Amino acid sequence: MSAPGSAVSGVPHLDVDPFDMTFFADPYPTHELLREAGPVVYLDKWKVYGVARYAEVHAVLNDPATFCSSRGVGLSDFKKETPWRPPSLILEADPPAHTRTRAVLSKVLSPTVMKQVRDRFAAAAEERVDALIEKRSFDAITDLAEAYPLSIFPDALGLKPEGREHLIPYASVVFNAFGPPNQLRQEAIERSMPHQAYVAEQCQRENLAPGGFGACIHAQVDEGAISAAEAPLLVRSLLSAGLDTTVNGIGAAIYCLARFPDQWRRLRNDLSLARSAFEEAVRFESPVQTFFRTTTRAVELSGARIGEGEKVLMFLAAANRDPRRWDQPDSYDITRRTSGHVGFGSGIHMCVGQLVARLEGEVMLTALARRVAKIEITGEPKRRFNNTLRGLDSLPVTITPA
Amino acid sequence: MPAITFIHPDGKSDRVETAGGESAMQAATRHGLDGILAECGGNAMCATCHVYVDESWLARLPAVAGDEDALLDGTAAERLPNSRLSCQINITPELDGLVLRLPERQV
Repeated sequence: MSAPGSAVSGVPHLDVDPFDMTFFADPYPTHELLREAGPVVYLDKWKVYGVARYAEVHAVLNDPATFCSSRGVGLSDFKKETPWRPPSLILEADPPAHTRTRAVLSKVLSPTVMKQVRDRFAAAAEERVDALIEKRSFDAITDLAEAYPLSIFPDALGLKPEGREHLIPYASVVFNAFGPPNQLRQEAIERSMPHQAYVAEQCQRENLAPGGFGACIHAQVDEGAISAAEAPLLVRSLLSAGLDTTVNGIGAAIYCLARFPDQWRRLRNDLSLARSAFEEAVRFESPVQTFFRTTTRAVELSGARIGEGEKVLMFLAAANRDPRRWDQPDSYDITRRTSGHVGFGSGIHMCVGQLVARLEGEVMLTALARRVAKIEITGEPKRRFNNTLRGLDSLPVTITPA
Repeated sequence: MPAITFIHPDGKSDRVETAGGESAMQAATRHGLDGILAECGGNAMCATCHVYVDESWLARLPAVAGDEDALLDGTAAERLPNSRLSCQINITPELDGLVLRLPERQV
């Protein structure tokens, strides 16, 4: 890692690799370096521009005409390289194509639909907490952060019981594939065939149970909103983005509440803080760390001139701790006003499943805080490495019932 | 700068000065007002910046757009004829003195 220098364009060049294992182990010093080097930086290792301050990340996210998604939201430029899978009709699309598919998913995952599934999600959270109280000591990642979403989301989608073990590995491929051609990405893609085959199969109309999110997407074909060929790819979006992200979000919340017992006490004293405790964990840990955009024209961003066809890497996690935007950004404070954080993105591509994630997080933390007096970390947490996602592989804990 | 008044369910009110080009939601969150959650940060996705517009002001606001209309069906507190999402109310000089009532809850 070198000190920022100044290049011809006026944009500081850095030789940091934000897809390197040592960076993943502790990204925070590099995030600070990236933010302090300038509003826009250039990363020589992967030949991309980078933005790590809140203002620039927010600006890029909210200008989809200049910073497009259709050329891929990973390092790979779809104009120059063939994508590893058929592009997403929503994530990797620009308006006007994006507008129509986005409307379909917004409808399927709307606040009204969340009201309908709320009781079911809450009951499943209570059941999971029952089982955990029985165990006392367990792994908060596998037994809680993974087990809970796995107990509700695949059913809410309408998936068959068989083959669900492919879901998390599939998502892991998708999020690794946004990264550069490093070992993580290559290995993930090499191992992806069985997961891809499973997912492609589950996206078909006949394999989705009536009443689920998947069937609701296919029903939009009958309404004329999308074509029969588009529906399976939109179901695929939920399978790609709807599980591993919430696993990491819930894992982040438990990790925060276990490390900061004062915040756990605060939550126990006021259960209505459960939703904001989850939201603050999404800001603080940023389960989705980065996304790329590609410039559609030459543009000036905060004084930096960027040419057409350049990849711009947005450090969502660094923006969520930018002291220019956040007061005491490195503290986890469940009473913080988190509105405006970019943990779910911002603008037209902002996470369409955010309401599902918040609902899962809220009901799980409510159930836990009601019944558990104390959460103690009893072993070394192990990190799970992924080019895009930040989360743990293992978090041994012991809980004390209230 | 135009100012707007938020009236809480308990009858207390807060007068909030707005900045140029911001929405009623942005003004509220910038002042740390309780009662406006705005989880999605103003991207018209979450329905947690729900307000009831004072009847005398209703006609002076632009019409409800399609996506706002759909989101209003998902608000935590009851949807009323004067329900709006405050992120969709852009504050202009003509709206100086706007009165918005806050619902009992946002989620």
